[in-house]
Order: sequence, then C-alpha cells, then structure tokens
Amino acid sequence: MRLEPNAWRGIKIAALITCLSPFLWLCLNTWQDNLGANPIQTLHFRLGDWALRFLCLTLLVTPYRQLTGQSWPSRFRRMLGLFSFFYASLHFLVFIVLDISLSWEAFVDEIKDSPYILFGLATFILLLPLAVTSSKSMQKRLGKNWKRLHSLIYLAAITAVLHYILLVKSDLTEPLIYADIVLILLAYRLFKVAKKRNILLDRA
Amino acid sequence: MKTTSSIASSEITDKAFFIKRRQLIKAAMGMSAASLLAGSKDSLATDKHYQDIPTGPYSADLPVTDFEDVSHYTNYYEFTTNKTDSSVLAQALPTSPWQVTVEGEVEKPGVYNLEDILRGNPLQERIYRFRCVEAWSMVVPWIGFPLGNLLKKFGPTSRAKFVEFTTLFNPAIMTGQRSNSLDWPYTEGLRIDEAMHPLTLLATGMYDDELPKQNGAPLRLVVPWKYGFKSIKAIVKIRLQETMPATAWNKRAPGEYGFYANVNPEVPHPRWSQARERVLGASIFTPKRKTEKFNGYGEQVASLYSGMDLRQYF
Repeated sequence: MRLEPNAWRGIKIAALITCLSPFLWLCLNTWQDNLGANPIQTLHFRLGDWALRFLCLTLLVTPYRQLTGQSWPSRFRRMLGLFSFFYASLHFLVFIVLDISLSWEAFVDEIKDSPYILFGLATFILLLPLAVTSSKSMQKRLGKNWKRLHSLIYLAAITAVLHYILLVKSDLTEPLIYADIVLILLAYRLFKVAKKRNILLDRA
Repeated sequence: MKTTSSIASSEITDKAFFIKRRQLIKAAMGMSAASLLAGSKDSLATDKHYQDIPTGPYSADLPVTDFEDVSHYTNYYEFTTNKTDSSVLAQALPTSPWQVTVEGEVEKPGVYNLEDILRGNPLQERIYRFRCVEAWSMVVPWIGFPLGNLLKKFGPTSRAKFVEFTTLFNPAIMTGQRSNSLDWPYTEGLRIDEAMHPLTLLATGMYDDELPKQNGAPLRLVVPWKYGFKSIKAIVKIRLQETMPATAWNKRAPGEYGFYANVNPEVPHPRWSQARERVLGASIFTPKRKTEKFNGYGEQVASLYSGMDLRQYF
C-alpha cells in the first residue's frame, strides 16, 4: 500500500486507539464495579488474556508477510509487541499491588507454592529487554544481535502458555488454543530456518 | 428474622435489589446502603420462603457476603465451567418434585420424597465460612439441618464406615455433563464420623429463602471445614458403605484433590498456594485473608484427625 506519510500517521493513531480499547474498557468496568464477585481476578485474567493475544499477533506478522507478500502489517509489529508488554506489565502490577497487596511474605508464599507464577515472571522478564530495545535506534545499534535478542519472543510465548496451562483447574480448552497457535507459529519458523540452512549447505 | 447473632437483618442483601450493594453505596453518595435497604425491607420480606428460622449452634458472628456475589459466582460444572454463566444455565433444572435414594448399609433403604426427608428435621440458620479450593472465600447464611439427624433415622448398620453422595445426572438439562470436564455423575464422600458431626449440614436454603438453583437446590451438603468441592449440590443419592467412595475431583486429579480436602494453609495445592484467600465482596484494595486451618473450625473438628498426617491424607 503506497500512502502519504500523513495518511500513515492517521492509520497509526487509529491502530493505537484500537490496541488501547481493551484497557479503556477495563478501566470503565472497574469504575462501574462491573467485574463480578471477584473483581481483582477478573481484571488480572483479562489483562493476561490481552497480553497473550498481542503476543500471538506480534508473532503472526512475519509469517503473514511471507505467505501473502503483503508487507503492511510489518509497520505495526513494534506497536503490537509493545502492547503485549503493556498488558503484561499491568497484569503483573495487578498481581503485586492488588492481589498480594505489596506483601513480601505473600509473594514468597506464592512463589514457593505456585509454579505457574514462576512461568509468568519468566515471561515478563523475557519481554522486558525486548521492550527496552524496541526503538529504531536500538535496532540499528544492535545490528545482527537485535534479531537474535528478539527471537526470545518465542521463548516468552512458550512460558506464557505454560503459565496459563498450569493455573487452570480442569478446563484446558482456552489455554490449549493459545498453545496450538504458538506451536504452529514456532513450527513454521523452525521449518523456515531449516530450509534456509539446507540452501546454504547445498551451495557449499 | 430472630437471630442471636449481632448481624442485623439489614446486613443481609435484599434479594429484590438486583443492583449490587456497592453500586448502591455509590448511588447513595454517602448515605448508607443498609438504611436504604432497611427502609424497603418491610414491604419485600413477605416473598421470602423461610421466615423466622432460628439460628443453630456454631453459627458465626460474621458479616455475611452479598447475596448477589454468593449467587453469581458458583462452580457448577454440571452446567458450565464458567462461574457466572452457571447462574443463568442452572435455571433449567427442575427441582420439584425431587427424590433422594438412600441405600447401602442402612436398615431403612428406599426412595424418599424430599418432603419426607425434611419432615422432622427442623431447619436452622447457620452462618458459615465457605472456602473454595481456588483460594477465594465467602460467609454464607445457610438454612438447613444436621446431616447426622437424618442419617440416624435410616438406621446405619455397624458396617457403615463412609457415606457417598451423588448429584443428579441429566445431560439433557445439565449441558456441562456432555463434556468430560469431570466424570459424571459427580460423587462426593465423607467418613461416617465427619458425616455425623454436628457442623455438617444438609442445606435447602440460604438468605432466608430457598437455595438458588446454581447454589445446589433443592438439597446440598455443607461441610464448612473442607474445601467447597466437598459440599456437593443437587443430591439424588445417599449411600452408606464400608469402603471409601471415589470422589469426582479425586478421580480427575488424584494428586491435587484428596478425599479429605480439609482447608489447610500449611498444605498447598500442588499448583498453587493455600496460605491466603481472597474474601469476596471486599474492596479491591483489601488484602487477602490468611487462611485458617480447618477454615477456623479446628476447635470442633481437629480431634477427628488426631494422629493423621494431613499432608498425606490431604
């Protein structure tokens, strides 16, 4: 799509508002006390859902370009990735501030007894350097290493899905849908890498 | 409602209000919701099914959770695994007429109408803590009678060491039974001394009224010192037997949900901590409450488990 820079700016702002809308919706629901009998858990779960959805969308961008030849979604990849981090940060904040009320003792109890929390923390820690190095200047500065660093997103997707699977009591339907998406995208990626290596080996 | 507890009737949310109390508080702009409710109570009290039920022993002097929260946050896998949708889907369940089969090691087995079961078992109100294995808790004013009173009437034999309870199986109505989220029908069990314990209730109501369908109408078990999944809903069969019955959640995940399922902060669920609980209905800035051993009923029930390692018998 060939568009004027101004038109792209407008589209970007519209995309930004779209990505923000779940957050605004949650704010409204919180204000209206419309989150059910267990509002903290509702807030926490919904923020986690959106973090994972944006993570999956971020991973979809490159395969989409390769399979359809359309490059326009690539312009939104950074935004999608940062929104995943944004929702993951809020999810983490709700846990620390509202769920365990900033209590170190409660934090230790949770970490000790709840393996799924470790996977959640791992996901957040993995996303942190990606968010910090998401700017164009960082991309230039890191060069080849930028791509290497940002392939950590696959690891983050795996730990995020494990985090979800481990906390569910019995109905695994939803976490397994995300697991399937992540596995398909990962398999596609590995297939690409293997193919590329074979070409290089053939030439050697 | 005459109660010996200090909880005023106005403390209990009136069913006629389908707005949450917390919203009322916002609407009242500083006026207390309790006084709003109190003003309307006289005209609405008449549609309650249970009037003037006396308070039984062991009833806690605790602020009761909003009726709206207790009736719209229910695990009822027979309908759905979603805790809010269950309050809509469960309305399809016909609860009258209702029969309960009593069988096994009893002198008087048979199929009993619910009316026969209730006859001669005067109802009492018991305000109990209710603690779910998912680490949330409520305080519920149940209406019911001690299970032990009923079991005695059927004449348990000397071989009656355990009691097995079974929920209705009817996938045409209980649409969740079409999926394999659990092994159907749902079964639960108690050791005979647990079943005969005066804390153990068969409940037919809550909040001065009949049980809502999503809360286990017309007849459910309430075992306040155990995790909520032990308190089986919509009971159609009570069987006394010599062997320990298989229980639904234990069959599903034997390492996670034991037969005893006593509330215990020192014994974590294998996948999450049980040290604290989220008390429903509090403001979002209220910290979790520290879970009490036996859900605070240790004084009454700890002796049932003397000499047992509760980590092993979880």
